[in-house]
Amino acid sequence: MSTQTNSHVDQGLDAHGDGHGAHASVGFYWTIGLILAALTGLEVAAYYMELGSFEVPLLLILSAAKFVLVVGFFMHLKFDSRIFTGVFVAGLALAVFMVSALVVIYHWVPGAA
Amino acid sequence: MAEAAVAHDEHHYTATGLTNWKVGFWTFIGSECLFFGTLLSTYMVYKGAALEGPYPLDVFDIPLTTVSTFVLLMSSLAMVLALDGVQRANKKLTLFWLGTVIVMGAIFLGFQYYEFTHFVHEGLTLQQNVFGSTFFVLTGFHGAHVTVGVIWMITLFILALRDKLPPAKALNVEIAGLYWHFVDIVWIIIFVLVYLIP
Repeated sequence: MSTQTNSHVDQGLDAHGDGHGAHASVGFYWTIGLILAALTGLEVAAYYMELGSFEVPLLLILSAAKFVLVVGFFMHLKFDSRIFTGVFVAGLALAVFMVSALVVIYHWVPGAA
Repeated sequence: MAEAAVAHDEHHYTATGLTNWKVGFWTFIGSECLFFGTLLSTYMVYKGAALEGPYPLDVFDIPLTTVSTFVLLMSSLAMVLALDGVQRANKKLTLFWLGTVIVMGAIFLGFQYYEFTHFVHEGLTLQQNVFGSTFFVLTGFHGAHVTVGVIWMITLFILALRDKLPPAKALNVEIAGLYWHFVDIVWIIIFVLVYLIP
């Protein structure tokens, strides 16, 4: 165990053993929180402005931005080991593929559903 | 450095040098993506397929849902600040931000209870139409996840209150935070795909 511990220390891992050396400051977290609030405001504004064909892509882009901010900074994936990103993205990619494929099949392929 | 070594000894490590807990929890979150993916797929597939009302536009109250979305989003900020409090061994900050997460989670659940009750009064039930079935199952499971998260936060709050949440235990709070943030990102997607996109 001690060898393992030394190994971790040698690699510069932090006290949590989770592989991330960098920690964001409190001010940074507040900034991310404010950006998330602003993006939510923009989403609702886009909903009420009825932007036609731009509305859906814009809403998807705004929500994707919020998603990336929370996952990257609040969940620390930006600072953490790439292995965590891989494990998460594997599940996420499968889920996105499944939702997208079913929506395309049921809503856009004539006679497929 | 000695403290770091002590902290290391409290957790098990994989061959990658990463804690089992965190690897396992990220794997769990990956699987949860698929769980909510199936529920969301079902909602999206049957979107607009209800033959009788009430329809989404008849019952949705966007300003109300915006407020609850904002509350849940800010609870994620409170969660990350609570983790910062634990890492700094600042009991007051830890208790304040964990308490804030609990209160905000409870407020979100209160909004959801109000929304569900309102929908039922409007005639939208689980059996009424395909919109009701898919909507209640999707948002209901999300609400159940928030409820589990609130209970988890209450246990952490009690531990912090009893001085049983030192910096060496920060990983416990970090993992609870991962769960809470995941519940938040699921709602980010639900808010747009279910409520905002007609």
